[in-house]
Amino acid sequence: MDNNATTPLHPGVKKVLTEGLEMFGNASSLHAAGRTARKHIEEAREQVASFINASREEVIFVGSGSEANNTVLNIFACKCPSCDAGSMAGKKIITSTVEHPCILRTSECLMERGTQVSYVGVDNYGKVDMAQLDNMLNEKTCLVSIMMANNEIGTIMDIKKISAIAHAKGALVHTDAVQAVGKIPVDVKELDVDFLSLSGHKIYGPKGIGALYVKKGAPFCPMIRGGHQEQGRRAGTENTLAIIGLGKAVAEARDEMSEEAVRLARLKERLRKGIEDSIPDVHFNGHPEDCLPGTLNVSFDGAEGESILLYLDLEGIFVSTGSACASGSLDPSHVLLATGLSAEKAHGSVRFSLGRENTDKDVDYVLEKVPLAIKKIRSMSTVYNGSK
Amino acid sequence: MDWAYSEKVRDHFINPRNILIDDEGYEYDGKGIVGNIKCGDQMIFYIKVDKEKDVITDCRWKTYGCASAIASTSVLSEKVKGMRIDEAYHLSPKDLMSELDGLPEHKVHCSVLGDKALRAAINDYYERNGMHDKIQKEEARVICQCMNVTDHEIENAVLEGVRTYLELQEHTKLGTVCGQCKDEAIRLMVEYTKKHFE
Repeated sequence: MDNNATTPLHPGVKKVLTEGLEMFGNASSLHAAGRTARKHIEEAREQVASFINASREEVIFVGSGSEANNTVLNIFACKCPSCDAGSMAGKKIITSTVEHPCILRTSECLMERGTQVSYVGVDNYGKVDMAQLDNMLNEKTCLVSIMMANNEIGTIMDIKKISAIAHAKGALVHTDAVQAVGKIPVDVKELDVDFLSLSGHKIYGPKGIGALYVKKGAPFCPMIRGGHQEQGRRAGTENTLAIIGLGKAVAEARDEMSEEAVRLARLKERLRKGIEDSIPDVHFNGHPEDCLPGTLNVSFDGAEGESILLYLDLEGIFVSTGSACASGSLDPSHVLLATGLSAEKAHGSVRFSLGRENTDKDVDYVLEKVPLAIKKIRSMSTVYNGSK
Repeated sequence: MDWAYSEKVRDHFINPRNILIDDEGYEYDGKGIVGNIKCGDQMIFYIKVDKEKDVITDCRWKTYGCASAIASTSVLSEKVKGMRIDEAYHLSPKDLMSELDGLPEHKVHCSVLGDKALRAAINDYYERNGMHDKIQKEEARVICQCMNVTDHEIENAVLEGVRTYLELQEHTKLGTVCGQCKDEAIRLMVEYTKKHFE
């Protein structure tokens, strides 16, 4: 139950990947082998574009969701006078306190290169504070980058509203939709965003492939140069197989997503209710309604997250935790802390993220094992003295 | 199945020895608490002492901590039974780590909690029995005067994986003002690395 970390390949994706193994042509070659690769890449581009309601020229393939996010932020650090983004240098960008590290670390780097960065806070559910965002925006702001759905707690942001606020002050809008695409409807026109990032391996596609939506007319500056691929916006011979896999993953999501969302939401509610009924002193994190259908983040008082993770691992249940101990740092999850959760509760948090292979039986099994693990850990805990 | 930790760690993690059961009414001669929940780990260690022989006869512990803290303290709790107090006081994390067949480097600092709590329990025992002269205060020495960084903080940084002076500066902010402490800080860093990892 760690599908927000990554997902297994969809059988349909597996099939096109296997079939495509013989296809070795370089899509830039003019001969038959090259043309075959080109044809498949462009089909995949069409699949991705239509899935998010973009046009083909607005979609570029990149190596990952992180690359897509890095690419967007770096546009606004470019200082070349000749670049169409050059005039943005030294301006201000706004992002949030709950973004993925690939946004946060890149923002820090931008700051060192002279771009002003402000971080808008979130409420207890992890939603961006719109009033604060509005106040932060000024004529110097060139970009607002807010994730569409949070990877740790599943909270879905109101990107449409964020775009309206940002555009009203003349800023462009990027959304990291890596956790949203394929799980909830994503329509770039409806959201009115200028940039959007997505990733293959979160939606049963291959790893090492992502896509970036760049609205027609938006400023751009490539991060990887030296080739005409992807309209000169991302050099390097295309990863044909992964691109085909991403296209197929998106096509499968188009067919399955709405039904799957209902199914996952039902499974998650069973899991939530089951935990609530069988374990005292638990706290659910994230927004109760505006949340990804399969994401459930819960804090267990008096139990440390890495211990929980490893006890469950021994039972064949895979989860992740916001505890510092699991991350190798000393700080617990920045997302949970940003929502105002105490460090103690953040250290004792576990994320269940359900996916298409999870069944009712899995939920039953988890509900059988989790109370035992928590009971055991709490029995040796210095800070848990039974339910109040 | 492949595990991030050794079989020994796994065994002690699944079946930790000498955990204090709440209602067993355990009577102890010394109790030590270290760590804090905000940082994600806390440990309580209780010891029983044969006062004639100065030997630890039994112990119990509890923790809010991760697998490394649980396993290393479990090993420690077996090791100290029958051990002379002064000998137990000088147990180092390295002694425990070798018994656990090692830990991932970034988890080593979690494993020092158990022996810290044990030392606190021993000091508590000395205190309760009026043996104040024996209490060994782990007094920290300030190395970086500008940023007020102590030798303890350097040791902790090493336990958390710091190996170069740059990393040490980043981690502790030491030597970022006048830079006078650089040589001593490096000497200590190398010394602590040897103590814990070689």
